[in-house]
Amino acid sequence: MQEHLVVSASPHIREDVSVRKVMYSVVIALVPAIVGSIYFYGPRALFLTLLACAAAVLTEAVIQKLRGVPVAVTDGSALVTGILLAFNIPPGVPWWIPVVGSVFAIAIGKQVFGGLGYNPLNPALLGRAFLLASWPVHMTTMWLPGRGGTLSGLSLSGIDVVTQATPLAIMKSVNAVISDPASTTHQIVQAREVLARLGSSDTIANLFIGNVGGCIGETSALLLLIGAAYLMFKHYISWRVPAAYIVTVAVLTSIFGGPTGLFTGNALFHILSGGLILGAFFMATDMVTSPVTPRGMLVFGVGCGVLTTVIRLIGGYPEGVSYSILLMNIATPLIDGRTRPKKFGEVKQSG
Amino acid sequence: MTKSVEIAEATLPQRVVIPLRQSLGTPAEACVKVGDDVKVGQRIGEPDGFVSVPVHASISGKVTAVGRFPHPGGGEDIAIVIEGDGLDEWHESVRPRDDVESLTADEIRKITLGAGIAGLGGAAFPTHVKLSPPESKPIDTVILNGAECEPWLTADHRLMLERPGDVLRGMKLLMKAVGADRGIIGVESNKPDAVAALKAAIHDGADITVTAVQVKYPQGAEKQLIDTLLRRQVPSGGLPMDVGVVVQNVGTAYAVYEACYLGRPLTRRVMTLTGSPIAKPSNFMARIGTLLSSLIEQAGGTKTDIGKMISGGPMMGIAQFTTDVPVVKGMSGVLFLARSEVDERQPDPCLWCGACVHVCPMKLVPVMIEKLVINEKIEPAVEMGLNDCIECGSCSYVCPSKRRLVHYFKYGKLLAAQKSAAEKAAAGK
Repeated sequence: MQEHLVVSASPHIREDVSVRKVMYSVVIALVPAIVGSIYFYGPRALFLTLLACAAAVLTEAVIQKLRGVPVAVTDGSALVTGILLAFNIPPGVPWWIPVVGSVFAIAIGKQVFGGLGYNPLNPALLGRAFLLASWPVHMTTMWLPGRGGTLSGLSLSGIDVVTQATPLAIMKSVNAVISDPASTTHQIVQAREVLARLGSSDTIANLFIGNVGGCIGETSALLLLIGAAYLMFKHYISWRVPAAYIVTVAVLTSIFGGPTGLFTGNALFHILSGGLILGAFFMATDMVTSPVTPRGMLVFGVGCGVLTTVIRLIGGYPEGVSYSILLMNIATPLIDGRTRPKKFGEVKQSG
Repeated sequence: MTKSVEIAEATLPQRVVIPLRQSLGTPAEACVKVGDDVKVGQRIGEPDGFVSVPVHASISGKVTAVGRFPHPGGGEDIAIVIEGDGLDEWHESVRPRDDVESLTADEIRKITLGAGIAGLGGAAFPTHVKLSPPESKPIDTVILNGAECEPWLTADHRLMLERPGDVLRGMKLLMKAVGADRGIIGVESNKPDAVAALKAAIHDGADITVTAVQVKYPQGAEKQLIDTLLRRQVPSGGLPMDVGVVVQNVGTAYAVYEACYLGRPLTRRVMTLTGSPIAKPSNFMARIGTLLSSLIEQAGGTKTDIGKMISGGPMMGIAQFTTDVPVVKGMSGVLFLARSEVDERQPDPCLWCGACVHVCPMKLVPVMIEKLVINEKIEPAVEMGLNDCIECGSCSYVCPSKRRLVHYFKYGKLLAAQKSAAEKAAAGK
């Protein structure tokens, strides 16, 4: 009877949770947005997503085999990377774009550093950054209009406002026209009209539902929030990063986001467009590349928010979510080191 | 599982194995030899130094061996084996006292030491040491820990329920010994019957209150309990006496009662025997030195294969390699896990999810300390709070990657202690 008693360090019971469980929960949380993408952009969205996933999982397996480490692709982490990468590309790109992106994301973004848990940067975002730098035309123009063709009919003479462009891109060019002293009065009037329509409750509602041009998975705030709520309920993501991120963007864009002076910006528009919801809830919360301390999470979120706003309002790109998260990823170890909670009983003793 | 099972007197063992190491600090030194006749309550081990407690015979009979035997603390240790004569006669030194009211603080301390009492909650810290705070640290409150440190264990719960009057008598003695006017008994709110029993037993004017505390692991950890009840944080590296508090376990109070009123040294204790493989999970009043194999039989034997046998609870207990370990003073229970319940999955890479940071009751960053210890960077690990870790196991429990954080913290503390000992030795030359 007393043969083979297992002897190991305490604790002797463990919560029923595992890496696999966490990863597949994330996959489940992304399902509503996947379904949404098929609805908005047709089956091609699903095709590209599946390609990205297959490429990610396959790359992971091949590299793990080459490295001589256990092949652990069933843990679901490569699958998550594949989905998130696909979510970050326009639905009109050729089939090899998601494949190349996924291979890069897994090979250079993750396995080079030692695989799961060791990557300093979010692999999916790194893959997207690589695609954006290498095939900028594909990545910035191959949009498809949302199902209802919303935002079409917004034309602006003299400026290239493609009917399928993303709301943020339109906003950016319109703002540029308004603040450009060389613009004609006619152009400015037109631009203001477009701006008004962008800020209308119709547009905001479409942004919330996702019926606009954009990357495959980023457009529907509603569907993403459903998934995020599930992850929060499961305690797999904390409210801290998304809350700090979104509040920061809201405050900064409402102050500085308008073309005609302070406090004329439209915060709601900025929150609901350009993949901020996707980024704040699913990319910035990536466990491996975000801080572990409660205060660190807040700092991280605020940092992402500041960078996103700066890129959107001042930088060359219409949106800034992915670069801001990547930049904050780099700062994560530093943030963790400086935001360690005060130890229990860490008090200055008098005398 | 055993919270409504009455404490049963375990049958008189025919043979006991009484380890000389029964408390933190230095083990006792044997003062009997093979062939000696001993009676219940007779001293068989003398304390060695201040942080050490004497050891007493728990049955009457003949000493048949003094040697190394399996010890529930891990490995083997020196123990005295007594073959019983079945008479169960008390030693002549054991006499009830009728002048308990007039005992001075000093006398109570002396009786406590003489009775060999060491914290019955699990840590087995010599009680007389806790009762001897330096004059610079006045004590205003004695907290009795009825929070039951771990899930599954019910020894304290049953004791509070069945002998509330004696527990309170012991508590008053403890308060007197440290000169504290106030006493608080912290009981987890899932034991309303124990709260009611204790409240009903308080009928004189002593300032003792019973407080129901939130059920939340590790509520029974000393520093967390003080924080909950008094909003005082024991400073990092400090002791409860630094904030004017002495915390004692319910079982310890009962042992002090027995020592002062009945003159009985600590030769038996209440302990829980539980877990799914056990046919009849029980609370036993068992003699110190009783082999667990015999208690398993009394609990109806096992229904399924035992995968793990743990001295203590599931979160902090020590896994045993044999069922032939004896009951010791600090053993509040033994938990058995079936083979199917043993979770020994290999750890996955750390995801840096921060779950351990979120859950740590000492507000440490376990994930970082773990990495430092793995790389044997002990000094930075200590700087980050390695020695503040109370080894409650919460971080390992929640870790999705099943990382063995506590395992590394124990290892790291050992390395840190060795290092500082080596430095001390070098400085002494």
